[in-house]
Amino acid sequence: MGDEYISDSSSDFTDYWIDLFLGIKGNEYFCDIDDEYIRDRFNLTGLNQEVSRLPTLIDIITDLVDIELQPEEHRDALEHNARVLYGLIHARYILTTRGLNKMFEKYRNGDFGYCPRVHCQLHPLLPVGLHDLPRVSSVKLYCSKCEDLYNPKSGRHSVIDGAYFGSSFPAMFLQNFSQAIPTHSAEMYTPKVFGFKLHEYSKLNRWRELQRSHLERRLTSKGIETKNVVGGFTHNAPKENE
Amino acid sequence: MEPDHENAYYEAEGLHPEDEEYNAERTSPQTWFTTLPGHDYYCEVEETYIEDDFNLTGLSAQVPFWKEALEMVLDVEPGTSIPAYTNERHSADQTLHQRYIITKAGLQAMAEKYESGSFGVCPRYNCQSTYVLPCGRSDQPGLDTVKLYCPNCNDIYTPPSSKYQNVDGAFFGTSFPTLFFQTYPEFLSVPFKWYDNPTAAASSTSDNNPSNEPPSSMPTDAYKNTISFPKSPNPHGGTRQPVGKVYEPRIYGFRVSERARSGPRMGWLRDRPVTYDELDKVDWKGRWIGDGPSAGGVSVSSGGGKATEGPAMGGVAGIAERPKVGKGKLFEEEELKENDEEDVSEEEEVKGGATPAS
Ligand SMILES: [Zn+2]
Ligand SMILES: [Zn+2]
Repeated sequence: MGDEYISDSSSDFTDYWIDLFLGIKGNEYFCDIDDEYIRDRFNLTGLNQEVSRLPTLIDIITDLVDIELQPEEHRDALEHNARVLYGLIHARYILTTRGLNKMFEKYRNGDFGYCPRVHCQLHPLLPVGLHDLPRVSSVKLYCSKCEDLYNPKSGRHSVIDGAYFGSSFPAMFLQNFSQAIPTHSAEMYTPKVFGFKLHEYSKLNRWRELQRSHLERRLTSKGIETKNVVGGFTHNAPKENE
Repeated sequence: MEPDHENAYYEAEGLHPEDEEYNAERTSPQTWFTTLPGHDYYCEVEETYIEDDFNLTGLSAQVPFWKEALEMVLDVEPGTSIPAYTNERHSADQTLHQRYIITKAGLQAMAEKYESGSFGVCPRYNCQSTYVLPCGRSDQPGLDTVKLYCPNCNDIYTPPSSKYQNVDGAFFGTSFPTLFFQTYPEFLSVPFKWYDNPTAAASSTSDNNPSNEPPSSMPTDAYKNTISFPKSPNPHGGTRQPVGKVYEPRIYGFRVSERARSGPRMGWLRDRPVTYDELDKVDWKGRWIGDGPSAGGVSVSSGGGKATEGPAMGGVAGIAERPKVGKGKLFEEEELKENDEEDVSEEEEVKGGATPAS
């Protein structure tokens, strides 16, 4: 296990710890972190408070140390902590230019799934944490079209710590990739009976529409275009929903 | 199941008791419904219902049951005459299941399934696992698959499992969720934030209080727990306490400014007014009643300090500094640090540009 294994793009990649980790079912949301980023101690500031034996874990993740050569009674704990560490580094890495680019590829592939909301028409999702501290809450999925949070469908994903993605990721992502900013839909679902809208439901929808038109007026007064532009709203659709 | 079953199902509109096909199916209503993929959404149609020819020739049997309710709740402009919807019903393609679940017995059966969580929960995080109800976007078979309606966010979602891709939305139809929640308003969230407004809550029960003002400050959590849930003036709008809040994306704890192109645009979609009265202040054309054509400069709305907290933002002087595309001012002015672990210097650093670390 020398350095040449790491810098070389060998075809036998299943030997690498990171590739094994990324191959585990349920780890589809994670991207591949550069070894150089992991080995730069500056990027890991403060993480020794979250895991013990930080240097050993770094060596395991970057394949400088084979976990199988560690005392057997320590292996499980080491492997567990290595995964925690990878997640915590991941949250920082995906806010860097390289990390953002890797996540953009995954976003384009739909690796994070698609919005379940019918009116969002399968808009791709982004992973997000509600907190930046580990062990507080699990990962959620953010839809930039309806700007709302959804629970992952799979139980394997819904147990992943949200801190491995962090609370800033989606907003940073959209700030960085303006091509990913959607044109929002102003459509709402209106329940009907025998083709008629219902008064009580429609009242709330009208109120919400009014809130939106206030927002648009506010933006327009600041010189921000909102009609049929990215970051604005689709306006050609008739008011009738569905 | 054989494909034949499915076809028969989708063409159920032409089904008549004298047809051979009908009689073949009719012998075992249980297998008819419950062997289809995604069958857990269906309820079993009582055999007595199927055997009653009357039920298969239209909805006339159900009309008296809904007549009064309909006139009260339909959202038509005053003076609009309601056409005879029985005719409409006759011409519409219907399935037996779709008809059955809006009968008294069918609604009851579906309510039992609903209460036991058979249809799953809303995928929206802030709906806190509110149970959803299957519905269709079309009453005609073969046009669209089943969708799930959430009575808390008032939105529809694609079912989580692909097995429901084979379930036709016409099995449930467009009217089902509404009729269901009219019958069981205790499952439907009220269209206002009851917890923010104890004073309005008190006055809304004695509904002759036009000078009612929204409270200037929010009650404490302890106080919220002591007040009782205000009854909605109109139970057709639901009687359940709404759950959840509106999510706001942040970078290092700072809300993204409206002026950024990636700034918040959709807060209104999940927001609700503080009081029921506020709903009545919006007219048919979506304006504030009494404000005239230039209405709406000031939002009365939503106590929660949301993306909709317009006036403060709208009054900001720097209109001239038009943000460049994709840039703009990223953060709100008066921000409080809410996040935990980032240290101050790091925060200040990103505040200016929010460019990714290299
Ligand atoms: Zn969405
Ligand atoms: Zn919901």
